[in-house]
Amino acid sequence: MLGALAAVAIAPPALAERGSDGHVNIIYWQAPSTMNPYLSGGTKELEAASLVLEPLARYDQDGNMVPWLAESVPTVDNGGVSADLKTITWKLKEGLVWSDGSAVTSADVIFSWKYCTDPEGGCAQSEKYNDVADVKAVDDRTVTVTFGVAKPFPYGPFVGAQAPIIQAAQFADCLGAKAPECTDANFGPIGTGPFKVTEFRPNDVISFEANSNYRDPAKPAFATVTFKGGGDTAAAGRAVLETGEFDYAWNMQLAPDVLAAMASKGKGQVVSAFGTLVERIMINLTNPDPALGDERATAKHPHPFLSDPAVRQALSMAVDRELLVEIGYGDAGRPTCNVLPAPEIYKSTANDGCMAQDVEGAKKLLDDAGWVPGADGVRQKEGVRLSMLYQTSTNAVRQDFQALIKQWWADIGIETELRNIDASVFFGGDPGSPDTFQKFYADIEMYANNFDGTDPESYMANWECKQAPTPETQWQGNNMPRYCSEDYDALVAQMAQTGKLEERAKLAKAMNDKLMQEYIIVPLVDRGRVSAHSNTLGGVVLNVWDSELWNIADWNRMK
Amino acid sequence: MLTYTIRRLLLAIPTLIAISLIIFLLLDLAPSDPTANLPLTIPPDVREKIRQSLGLGDPIYIRYLLWCKQFFVNEPLNMLEQWFGWDIGGDRLRVLSWQTRSPVVDLIVQRMPQTLWVVGMSYVVGVLIALPIGIISAYRQYSWFDQVGTFVSMVGFSVPTFFTGVLVIVIFSVWLGWFPSIYDTTHQVTDWQSFLFQIKQMIMPVAVLALFNAAQISRFMRASMLDNLNQDYVRTARAKGMRERTVVLVHVLRNSLIPVVTVIALGVPQIFGGAIITEQVFKVNGLGQLLIISIQGGDLPTVQTLTFIFAVLIILFNLVADVLYGVLDPRIRYD
Repeated sequence: MLGALAAVAIAPPALAERGSDGHVNIIYWQAPSTMNPYLSGGTKELEAASLVLEPLARYDQDGNMVPWLAESVPTVDNGGVSADLKTITWKLKEGLVWSDGSAVTSADVIFSWKYCTDPEGGCAQSEKYNDVADVKAVDDRTVTVTFGVAKPFPYGPFVGAQAPIIQAAQFADCLGAKAPECTDANFGPIGTGPFKVTEFRPNDVISFEANSNYRDPAKPAFATVTFKGGGDTAAAGRAVLETGEFDYAWNMQLAPDVLAAMASKGKGQVVSAFGTLVERIMINLTNPDPALGDERATAKHPHPFLSDPAVRQALSMAVDRELLVEIGYGDAGRPTCNVLPAPEIYKSTANDGCMAQDVEGAKKLLDDAGWVPGADGVRQKEGVRLSMLYQTSTNAVRQDFQALIKQWWADIGIETELRNIDASVFFGGDPGSPDTFQKFYADIEMYANNFDGTDPESYMANWECKQAPTPETQWQGNNMPRYCSEDYDALVAQMAQTGKLEERAKLAKAMNDKLMQEYIIVPLVDRGRVSAHSNTLGGVVLNVWDSELWNIADWNRMK
Repeated sequence: MLTYTIRRLLLAIPTLIAISLIIFLLLDLAPSDPTANLPLTIPPDVREKIRQSLGLGDPIYIRYLLWCKQFFVNEPLNMLEQWFGWDIGGDRLRVLSWQTRSPVVDLIVQRMPQTLWVVGMSYVVGVLIALPIGIISAYRQYSWFDQVGTFVSMVGFSVPTFFTGVLVIVIFSVWLGWFPSIYDTTHQVTDWQSFLFQIKQMIMPVAVLALFNAAQISRFMRASMLDNLNQDYVRTARAKGMRERTVVLVHVLRNSLIPVVTVIALGVPQIFGGAIITEQVFKVNGLGQLLIISIQGGDLPTVQTLTFIFAVLIILFNLVADVLYGVLDPRIRYD
């Protein structure tokens, strides 16, 4: 199925001639520092490099994998992945050449793995090569990757903009500690992509020209590209939507009304696409009371009232997600009832009831559970008052959300105290600080998170029992609510053994539904990526699963 | 004068070494992490490996001495090689930026032209505007010209460039569409057309910065002129029957310029420091933008090298200002 889809996606329209559409201007308000994605984990570098360097397979706009430099995507069904899920065999397309004219061989693929896994190289993408025991050449066009453990999802290495193939001949002397010294190679990598670098000015501007050795003779339509970096989001939006100096602007994180005013000038349009980034509320199932000392916010002490599922459900029911989206994100967001909102096959529909705010329902639920309003309007039961501390990072939109949600919770009789912490401290993960999101010395916290690529296995494993941050683990771990369920852990273990996509989707949905229906996490907004392009630029397909510029070979000038 | 200059230059060496150490310590003790800006999806152990590969594992004094060796020995040797085509040999590690993994000095050389063009030009334009305004304002004190000049100076002083910059972009780029809002650093001036384009893209940033510079200098010029206009020698000149023009432009102006020249010389290092905000607003991407991006990215070697070069320039131009003062004013002698 993937192969068939890929054939459709790649099929060339073969209308235009290479370079016939002249010049295209792209602006990124953060400027790329290098063209080597292995030396920088930043999105801006990955995307700039994706014009030149390509992986064996990448993701399309729907999150489906499409073969790129490889002939097809190996699966268990087509024999490319072994039955024990420990090896995967990739075959390169025939006749592939680098932009300097030399042939792309399996040696280049093996070299890319060696380059990124060298212990002294400080490769930012080394996680993509986790568990790889060996990469061997079968012949000039075929490589076999062997994993140390069974990998139901073996598409980490050489897939996506994070793990492209680099030319062995160019980087041969740049392994390990030598990596940063190869400035020429890092700034002007030889690639297989539709463009090649003519000038790289770090943190400023990159000039590209069409790669005369690109595998599709009709592409790219543009002869040259200017990739300008720097400034601020508003200026980038202005240059595309208001003055028309630029054709494409990346990541337009602007207030919805500002963006709408710019778009109304009629020079360009705003496009958005949704990935897996979800703004969510995490509920602390453990007691953060300072009186507990070292055992504060650990599983030894359950939360006095948030351990009651009725209270957690009421918190979710009282929230008006539509209004949050309208105020905070506009076109760049949509309400969600899932912590795993995408790709499509993983998206559960079992929880959609949360879309409508239900204040009366929430009140009734609390009444039935025995939480009755006291003299000050705050509900209580057996001397426990529903009064909470709600923390998040410092960010204008988040503070707006806090204020709104505090009001809704007050309406159902729950008192909330608000707190915001500087993002570098909150997300900093310093075990010495009491204010990190891992320590969670509060009752409720809010932030956004997502996962790389399309496979949710490790993301869903975040809420395994053993992932709970504790003093013993130096407060590392992703299970902020300290959720602990044998059933859930069993689902995680089962997913690690399951190779079939449909089965995996079923398991991931089951995990998502469990978290949602027990109200461990309250998802609020599915946050999308927003970019802007001029009305004369054709072929833009916004992609959140890979580089935004993934299909720049298909871009053209509309006449 | 020569011995004075030499003495000052020698004194500058320990000062600069102390400055470099203080900058290094300040940067190192400040909480900044080169991996802080990476996406949350990159795990902590990978971040730690990146930090190790940048050399952050070494103790602080080793890192300082390494920077000193790279900056004071390796870079000058490298420059000699490049300028004279010599081959000194040896494997010398240059000061590498953490963000771009390329030599910091090359980055600075690359950024210098646009900063000198835009910020330097704005300084020149600012001075050229400021001097006549200051002279006329002082000569016709409290006239309408003086009032308007004072008002414009106050505006230039008090309205920040991030406001005036965006204002002129909205007026001249968005509404009128006369000038580009984004500076093209790759633009080459080869003929009349490209020269016109260069002028067009420079007008707005230069105007915004020139207003700011002119405001400052015109106030100095005015004050200095006022001091001199009431001096006895001016009355003597007039009594001798000299033309008013000669009195003002030759006698008063020359004497009034002495402190102003010093102020102008002291302002020159700021040109090299770039104009951080204006460069950001117009996307000029010169030295100021390099500095701010490096600070944001926790790129210590770049910040260290840049700020140290600024320190050198400041000390140098202080000396230039002192020497100029001595040259212009015969009453002042250092030896």
